[in-house]
Amino acid sequence: MPKNLLAKLAPHILLIPGAFLSVLPFLWILTTALKPARKLFAQPLLIPTYFHLQNFVDAWNAAPFGRFFLNSAIMTIAIVIGQTFLSAMAGYALARLKFPGRNLIFMIILATLMIPFPVTLIPSFLVVNWLGWIDTYQALIIPRVVSAFAIFLFRQFFLTIPVELEEAAFLDGASRATVFWRLIMPLSGPVIAASAIFSFLFAWNDFLWPLIVTNSTEMRTIQVGLAFFNGKYGTQWTLLMAGTLMASLPAILVFLVAQRRFIEGISTSGLKG
Amino acid sequence: MTEASTLRPGRLKGRSGKTWREVWAATGFLAPAIVILGAFSLFPALYSLFLSLHRWQGLNPVAPFVGLENYVRLLHDPAFWSSLRVTSIYAVVSTVGAIIVGLAYAVLLNGPVAGRTLYRIVFFLPVITPSIASGTVWKYLFDPTQGVVNSLLSTIGVTGPQWLVDPAWALVAVSLVGVWKRVGFNLIIYLAALQDIPRELLEAARVDGATPWETLRFVSLPLLGPTTFFLLVTSVIDGFQVFDLVYVMTQGGPLGATDVLGFFLYRNAFSYLDLGYASAIAYAMFLIIFLVTILQQRLNRAGGAYA
Repeated sequence: MPKNLLAKLAPHILLIPGAFLSVLPFLWILTTALKPARKLFAQPLLIPTYFHLQNFVDAWNAAPFGRFFLNSAIMTIAIVIGQTFLSAMAGYALARLKFPGRNLIFMIILATLMIPFPVTLIPSFLVVNWLGWIDTYQALIIPRVVSAFAIFLFRQFFLTIPVELEEAAFLDGASRATVFWRLIMPLSGPVIAASAIFSFLFAWNDFLWPLIVTNSTEMRTIQVGLAFFNGKYGTQWTLLMAGTLMASLPAILVFLVAQRRFIEGISTSGLKG
Repeated sequence: MTEASTLRPGRLKGRSGKTWREVWAATGFLAPAIVILGAFSLFPALYSLFLSLHRWQGLNPVAPFVGLENYVRLLHDPAFWSSLRVTSIYAVVSTVGAIIVGLAYAVLLNGPVAGRTLYRIVFFLPVITPSIASGTVWKYLFDPTQGVVNSLLSTIGVTGPQWLVDPAWALVAVSLVGVWKRVGFNLIIYLAALQDIPRELLEAARVDGATPWETLRFVSLPLLGPTTFFLLVTSVIDGFQVFDLVYVMTQGGPLGATDVLGFFLYRNAFSYLDLGYASAIAYAMFLIIFLVTILQQRLNRAGGAYA
């Protein structure tokens, strides 16, 4: 019996330290963000014992976090909607329609997935500059409104839907567009959800692109705003952690709500957002 | 797939009309994707190459063609070689560290462990947390005097190093954060792969008298080879492109100790506005990533590398 118990506990002895290190930063963010500044180094460091919500007000006043948050929200929602629907449309054409060059176009779209981001960074910036979009929402949204990865995801999914379903609809006189919006999309719940979660985390967490296409404080996203805040208020840990909490919370909440589907999506596709 | 239906004799009559309708529909469905990917992915990839063959500094309107000058300059730039070394160390440490830890925890969680779902969520949290937020927190956790890391180390009698302030330790600290952010992803992929291993194989090993360790070593691990290969390749590719963590934790310092290629490129492009040279750096990164991936594929095909 004791041997049995030991066998049950043994994995936890190894797992708990790792789990602790995983959540350590989160415990510290929460504890520090809720501490009055003069108690910063007072124990405990990892369990919230103060509830000094004034930090959030102070951080909010020290930098326009409300505006950063709004910018990130606008950009993220637009990218999620765009990546989901525009990529689904492209994926549908590649899965179902017959037209010359279909395979070539599909190969080229796949090839764009292999191009490392640094290679496209400077010319993409120049294109946005030529269009006069620097420091606008267009610059934050349009270049990322289609995702080659999502196109691939949708195409693979559409190939699994039986063609007979659509043929029945065509016999009833439905057009391609009607079939796509009324028949195919309603059947695609799981893949729409997976694509939307990937897009959300990608857009909310993104940093380098928003960093280079914005210059005014008003246009910064929350990640860019936080990075600048870090440089400027680096000594005010409590305010900084209040800002960090605001920047991470949406990503964490979306993950917690959708974690089952998200983890399933990753383990079945073996792909990353 | 639809080949058969269009060629069916009964349909032949309306075929050309149907074909044209399909082409028009395809144009409409694909146009947004083609325009966006063309303008912000394909064209930039080619234009980058073009820029790398020109000298284009600052806002100078003239950008003369200079052939391979930027690449020659790169090969003679000590900052590039130092950056390449730093980036390689980061890529290797963060990849190998996260694969070992991720595999170990996947094996533990593959057994009958209470709270598996909770562990999965906990280990996955760092993966989805914005890297700017993660970097910001770890920067302060690694604070030499007041940071949590050193105060935890001191409770077990270890005097922690100066971490981000010390050129010898800064890259270690950034790489450890890279491991921290990656473990959960590897764990999920390994766990899925472990659960795909046929029960009969594990059963057969047990019947033949293999210990759990031997079963793991000689049955499970070899079967995980393709998974390990996938994780190695993607993780090295990501590692070579690291930027956010460095930007927020060290800005490439101290003394260039964490000046990874992504940051080296960023500085040349957006601080010095040396766009021709920065484009050469970008293509060099592309080439390095490509070669490392090919090399890994060779090693994988040579076999036995990950078993």
